Amino acid sequence: MSEPTTRPGAASGGTGPPRPTRPRHGSRGARLLTRVRSWLPSLLLVSPSILLLGLFVYGMIGWNTRLALSDQHRPIDEGSFVGLDNFVALWQEARWPAAVNNAIVFTVVFVGGALLLGWLLGLLLDKGIRGEPVFRTLFLAPMAVSFIATGVVWRWLMNPAPVERATGLNALFVQFNLDFLVNTWWTAPDFGMAAMALPAIWQLSGYVMALFLAGFRGVPEELREAARVDGCSEWGVYWHVVMPQLRPVTLSAVIIIGHMSLKVFDLIIAIAGQQIVADVPAVYMWSTVFEVRDPAKGATIASYLLVAVAVFVIPYLVWTMRKERSEGR
Amino acid sequence: MSQSAPDRVIAPGGGTAGTTRRGQAVKFAVLVVLAAFFLMPMYVLVVTGFKPFAEATSARAWLLPRQWSTEGWAAAWTALAPGLWNSVRMVVPAAVISAVLGSLNGYVMARWRFPGADTVFTLFLFGMFIPYQAVMIPLQQIMVSSGLMGGLFPLILAHTVYGIPICTLIFRNYYASIPHTLIEAARVDGAGLLRTYAHVVLPVSAPAFAVTLIWQFTSAWNDFLFAVFLTGPRSWPVTVQLNNVAGSMVVPYNQQMAAAVLASLPTLVIYLLLGRYFMRGLMAGALKG
Repeated sequence: MSEPTTRPGAASGGTGPPRPTRPRHGSRGARLLTRVRSWLPSLLLVSPSILLLGLFVYGMIGWNTRLALSDQHRPIDEGSFVGLDNFVALWQEARWPAAVNNAIVFTVVFVGGALLLGWLLGLLLDKGIRGEPVFRTLFLAPMAVSFIATGVVWRWLMNPAPVERATGLNALFVQFNLDFLVNTWWTAPDFGMAAMALPAIWQLSGYVMALFLAGFRGVPEELREAARVDGCSEWGVYWHVVMPQLRPVTLSAVIIIGHMSLKVFDLIIAIAGQQIVADVPAVYMWSTVFEVRDPAKGATIASYLLVAVAVFVIPYLVWTMRKERSEGR
Repeated sequence: MSQSAPDRVIAPGGGTAGTTRRGQAVKFAVLVVLAAFFLMPMYVLVVTGFKPFAEATSARAWLLPRQWSTEGWAAAWTALAPGLWNSVRMVVPAAVISAVLGSLNGYVMARWRFPGADTVFTLFLFGMFIPYQAVMIPLQQIMVSSGLMGGLFPLILAHTVYGIPICTLIFRNYYASIPHTLIEAARVDGAGLLRTYAHVVLPVSAPAFAVTLIWQFTSAWNDFLFAVFLTGPRSWPVTVQLNNVAGSMVVPYNQQMAAAVLASLPTLVIYLLLGRYFMRGLMAGALKG
């Protein structure tokens, strides 16, 4: 990498104050050459990363897409182009729509829950309270830990075993005579995926709190003060002045939590393993690729995941970049 | 509330003293309840880890150990030690290489742009969000056909490459905040791209390196998906080994919980010691660094 990047870097004027090759007046070719010289080194400096990401992100997405459009249903097959057949066939199974449904329920509960709890935590801490640093550290700590590790304890906390053998939260409910709360957690057919979102909320609401806290504190005090002078109550100040300022923060939080949620894998594997009640697309893809060994179908599931994420993320990225540029950088 | 700055830290201003104090007490109480909810899993992990095998049962699930024992920790250590070592060997190069590349990219994107730099940067950023499932099959096939599968190399490569976007973002935002004049002065003096980087930009980059290294360390350490399909049993990092330990029915709870704590200790320690940098990495994920 150093060979092509150092040479033009040095050539672009690193050799000394008087530039040795000033273009002659008028010569269009020479002018173009200086212009190219001014940015070529920087392009070369980024080129290793462009190559890596071009190959490992876009090249592989392309490869995966081609696979999804083929009928290579066994690793040894040749596979020929079949268009969107795989994409249609997936919806005719029982497992796929159920997995999609699970992912949607999980995402709604997870995003909604993390947003609500994170916002509440941010609101409670906004104006400062005794022990604030301790609370902040505590609420954020789960972020530092892997889903696999938190899965170990949450699987125990949400153990669906019957009352006689109850552990975790069920055991706690029994102990306090709250037997009506005892439930089968993630194995329940109706609210199982909502229960599964609980550890995810626990893990990420601290992150949302941090975003909101930064947002709250970024609202200029003069703005709040002006509203108070106009006779706003403290609640009114929050509702009419602070909250509208938090829209960008909320959007970021939704995008980040949402995209994590759509591709959830570790958490499900750590708590439920590969059980059909807690099936989601990422887990389904896993078993398709590594157990059933159907590359084309696995690639199809992956493509759906990519589309689901891209639909939210691309407009968000474009919007952010545009906003940043209009703010003048 | 003109003296608001100190006010906001110690006690909230505004309102009359009476209502504020009551409001403050209610807030504090709510926070304590929420803190208990956040601490509950950690309590279970540590307490169960210290129970002797016979005591790690459902009947005494929530109680403190009658007899504190380190047998769970010892067993967990034996089971996880190779994975911990693999994780270290994988995470360090992945974090360092992607931080270095991110620094070069960030410098160019912020300060020495080329035509189309914005587009390239946006394309980089999308790499941060893609579901890794969309590259999983090709990545695995490449690694298998090149004979690299099984060792740590594929995992190092994956974490390096897919770490470049966030590292670039963090460095770009950081370098954008360096005063223009500093870099302009170097350019006027005739310093080229690399010389300006080496003499002006790099010396002030330590905080951004701290953020990216910590961020990369944490995310590569905690990763499970790449780890489980790109490595073989000999090079499994700690997350995969932990999942194997915990997924097995015969391993007692005390050992499972102790193993989960051991696997999380490095990232938790970093978070507690260098929380400021960890936070900045987190916030950079939200694009506004």
